Amino acid sequence: MIPAGFEYHRPGDIASAIGILQEHGDEARVIAGGHSLIPMMKLRMAEMGHLVDLQGIDELKGIDIGAETITLGAMVTQHEMITHDGLAVAVPLIREAALQIADPQVRYVGTIGGNVANGDPGNDMPGLMQCLNASFELSGPDGIRSVAARDFYEAAYFTAREDEEILTRISIPKPGAGVGQAYEKQKRKIGDYATAAAAVMIGNGQASVAMTNLADTPIWSEEAGAWLAGGNIEGCVAAMLDAIDPVEDNRGPVEFKKHVAAVMLRRAIDRASSRAG
Amino acid sequence: MNDQTLTAEERAANLKGMGCARKRVEDVRFTQGKGNYVDDIKMDGMLFGDFVRSPYAHARVKSVNKEAALALPGVIAVLTAEDLAPLGLHWMPTLAGDKQMVLADGKVLFQGQEVAFVVAEDRYIAADAAELVDVDYEELPVITDPFESLKSDVVLREDLEGQTEGAHGPRKHHNHIFTWEQGDKDATEAVLAEADVVAEEMVYYHRTHPCPLETCGSVASMDKVTGKLTLYGTFQAPHAIRTVVSLISGIAEHNIRVISPDIGGGFGNKVGAYAGYVCSVVASIVTGKPVKWVEDRMENLMSTAFARDYWMQGKIAATKEGKITGLWCHTTADHGGFDACADPTKFPAGFMNICTGSYDIPMAYLAVDGVYTNKAPGGVAYRCSFRVTEAAYFIERMIEVLAIKLNMDAAELRRINFIKADQFPYQSALGWEYDSGDYHTAWEKALKAVDYDSLRAEQAQRVEDFKAGKTRKVLGIGLTHFTEIVGAGPVKNCDILGLGMFDSCEIRIHPTGSAIARLGTISQGQGHATTFAQIIASEIGLPADDITLEEGDTDTAPYGLGTYGSRSTPVAGAATAMAARKIRAKAQMIAAYLLEVHDNDVEWDVDRFAVKGAPERFKTMKEIAFAAYNQAIPGLEPGLEAVSYYDPPNMTYPFGAYICVMEIDVDTGEWEVRQFYALDDCGTRINPMIIEGQVHGGVTEALAIAMGQEIAYDEMGNIKTGTLMDFFIPTAWETPNYTTDHTVTPSPHHPIGAKGVGESPNVGGVPAFSNAVHDAFRPFGLVQSHMPHDHWRIWKIANNLGMHG
Ligand SMILES: Cc1cc2nc3c(=O)[nH]c(=O)nc-3n(C[C@H](O)[C@H](O)[C@H](O)COP(=O)(O)OP(=O)(O)OC[C@H]3O[C@@H](n4cnc5c(N)ncnc54)[C@H](O)[C@@H]3O)c2cc1C
Repeated sequence: MIPAGFEYHRPGDIASAIGILQEHGDEARVIAGGHSLIPMMKLRMAEMGHLVDLQGIDELKGIDIGAETITLGAMVTQHEMITHDGLAVAVPLIREAALQIADPQVRYVGTIGGNVANGDPGNDMPGLMQCLNASFELSGPDGIRSVAARDFYEAAYFTAREDEEILTRISIPKPGAGVGQAYEKQKRKIGDYATAAAAVMIGNGQASVAMTNLADTPIWSEEAGAWLAGGNIEGCVAAMLDAIDPVEDNRGPVEFKKHVAAVMLRRAIDRASSRAG
Repeated sequence: MNDQTLTAEERAANLKGMGCARKRVEDVRFTQGKGNYVDDIKMDGMLFGDFVRSPYAHARVKSVNKEAALALPGVIAVLTAEDLAPLGLHWMPTLAGDKQMVLADGKVLFQGQEVAFVVAEDRYIAADAAELVDVDYEELPVITDPFESLKSDVVLREDLEGQTEGAHGPRKHHNHIFTWEQGDKDATEAVLAEADVVAEEMVYYHRTHPCPLETCGSVASMDKVTGKLTLYGTFQAPHAIRTVVSLISGIAEHNIRVISPDIGGGFGNKVGAYAGYVCSVVASIVTGKPVKWVEDRMENLMSTAFARDYWMQGKIAATKEGKITGLWCHTTADHGGFDACADPTKFPAGFMNICTGSYDIPMAYLAVDGVYTNKAPGGVAYRCSFRVTEAAYFIERMIEVLAIKLNMDAAELRRINFIKADQFPYQSALGWEYDSGDYHTAWEKALKAVDYDSLRAEQAQRVEDFKAGKTRKVLGIGLTHFTEIVGAGPVKNCDILGLGMFDSCEIRIHPTGSAIARLGTISQGQGHATTFAQIIASEIGLPADDITLEEGDTDTAPYGLGTYGSRSTPVAGAATAMAARKIRAKAQMIAAYLLEVHDNDVEWDVDRFAVKGAPERFKTMKEIAFAAYNQAIPGLEPGLEAVSYYDPPNMTYPFGAYICVMEIDVDTGEWEVRQFYALDDCGTRINPMIIEGQVHGGVTEALAIAMGQEIAYDEMGNIKTGTLMDFFIPTAWETPNYTTDHTVTPSPHHPIGAKGVGESPNVGGVPAFSNAVHDAFRPFGLVQSHMPHDHWRIWKIANNLGMHG
């Protein structure tokens, strides 16, 4: 549990951070809250010569609630998302989900940017962002581009982000009035990743459904959303069960995970529906 | 000065003696971050050690190349078995009569086994260098199942090849360690053959780990000028460690000083001797500098002593009316690669023969077979006396299984079979003499406290509702009545490595009437400094607040066998009372001299000796203490101190009644403890607040074990639960509320009647939680399933019973 040596950098703006990444190539890695990265470094499963700390970059901070869109800086912590009243009114789902991540200590430092950029299928925010149809802004040597959360995840720890890009902000379209939302998560204990988790939005004739830790990426199913929008819960659950691909681990065998996935999804649908209207 | 205005009760209260809920004096430093643990120890020029560990569970070690590691600046040495062999230290004796590799000698037998020890100038360099040591392994077939092991051609312990005689009798197979038999086999089998009813089940108590908050570690400092070795370490038995170090290193015992500083929890994990201790000592001898070794959490879980891993096949016989007539048990004990259990020598399966529990069972037979596998060694008593938790879990499951077979209420079945109060001292079929107990009183009190009959009615209604589709939650009522056997133990049959399991206390009274007491035990969080001072306060009438307690330094403390198996109060607590009584006896003579009366003409009164019939003429203990140092008293030596070595005449037998009410969601396997009631009878209660704290902590550990905590391996022998992400430690969130209660049945043979309580809650808690899970599914047809009851295993029970439609 002792990490290998590294060089520490603390740039003050995005451009310098990108510069350091460019200079050192895949020898360099950014660190946000460090609560996914540092454990990997201590296990020596992640070793890098240069660690680029994003804490000193003000441009990456702040929550903005616009008329149509909500913007979260990558360095916004989970604690800030939980305590921001405007955000809780605009998208109550975010607070509900963030409260189910880890424990207060982790949430004080863990960031939304790190959570979605990490690419760990166990992270809760990626599925949530897919449900919300968020998009991620990436800044790199070639400028700025935007990638939809639904297109971002390729495999466990593989995302559409290039090594020299930094995820700077997250934009979330404001859900319409009357859209019910819910996040259901089963976990073994406080501080645990999901055995299965479901994010559901429903209302105004539309629906969106995503699930977490049931495949090597988060799973947003267009088909499941369509069934649900049409009022067919069984169709939604069946489509989702078709889309997920859980593997056996300490949380349980595949048949259990599929069962629990359906239970979480149904419960999220129930609660989201009860809040719609 | 001679305050006569206070009543005897007021004077007694001022002492904060036995029975007082005195606040823990240790907490002043612990809550302010001022504890002094092994890892806090810093010495000039101190070096740091780190292990190269085997990634394989079974492999031949063909070569170890140290070159790259030694080339790293700051690396001082890399030790392997070859380096230790000339000193005879590449193997070490275990507490169980086996031997264990200190560093891999030709092969490794479990994942995480120590292969090389890197010594460097700082902790980071040591870790970097460990990565650079290049070990060439040749993988061998892995055995993780003890039953398979006994059938396999694969020889795990090549060093024992051809040895048919082990430390505890004949070995039946090359992977077999011992057979231990108790009771009458033939007579028990005859009872089973003739019984009205026999229930039979396999009860598995899975492998888990004590996982103390502070991991194991040591700092060894060999002073080449004085020839003295000072060894700081996380030792639950510092004196025994001193003797072992002397025996295996050849350093004279008076030249070794072992110090256990503050210890952050032991729970059995810190009883044994570990490779890290030996390597830090050798490295310090070699380098002439202090060497620190502290394991990290993953190393702790994978390599230092595990607990349990007992496969207990049971048969229990009864009449149609439910009177138990016989108990039979065959246990297959998975010991891992080396037999490093911490049990008294004559008890290779500990006190597993307490498995007749709280019941009057006329005939019983127990056999235990110890087996080698490719898992970490250990088998320590994790917050229980030796194998007592296994025994309690076994009998409390067998009772439930029998109740199902008899179609009887499990509370009633227990009631019918309890040993009655007038049967004590009670001779059990498996050889113990239970000192005292009143099980029926405790049981009725517990059932009444939870309103047992209403709970059963509620459960019946819940079953109806479930069947009618009105709910997806089932309700379980987990019953347990446990009897422990603690306080090892009488020297005539209890020793560890030949050292009798007595314990000791030395008390010195200072001239101004305060005192210091030193014990052979060592607190790891139990609060000895608080409670032992209370015993002395009550015995000699000086305030507990004026008494310092010191343990853990072998240069100053009297010899003792340490703290585990709830033995501190039964053994060292008794020594403390006896030493105090010696002081009081001398004080009586001093008082009589000062009062100018005959010794027999004064009597003890809380904190003073008073002239019989003239209570206004007295000398307080404070006055007597001063006199002991300032007066020349004819026929008496100056000073006021005493030491006592206490050899207990018997074990003590604490007991308790625990009831857990649990709600279970059959669709997700999630559970919630709605109520937990714990009644403990630990005899005389020294400090009710400490008892309550011990019960809360112990039940919480029991919750962890029953509901999720395990050391699991895959078939390649890879540990699957090696971090706290997967190894369940409850947080405040998972911890339920507890209701504690008590009855008091003093031990008749203990000077103050105390029995020990630290481990009761783990012993009683595990079956209470597990029985709650089983009980919830009993109405749907469940008889037996294995712990830990984590979500998916509970879900699997429901699934197998067809409860998912
Ligand atoms: C005990 C524990 C329990 C946890 N439980 C949960 C849980 O239940 N659910 C959950 O979702 N998470 C959980 N986490 C993870 C936690 O939420 C992390 O904080 C989060 O996943 C990562 O955020 P971070 O800011 O700490 O990122 P870091 O650890 O600093 O970084 C994670 C990865 O993302 C990259 N990265 C970070 N920021 C950026 C950026 N702006 N641009 C590009 N790349 C970036 C880093 O290079 C690194 O590869 C848990 C963590 C712990 C320690």
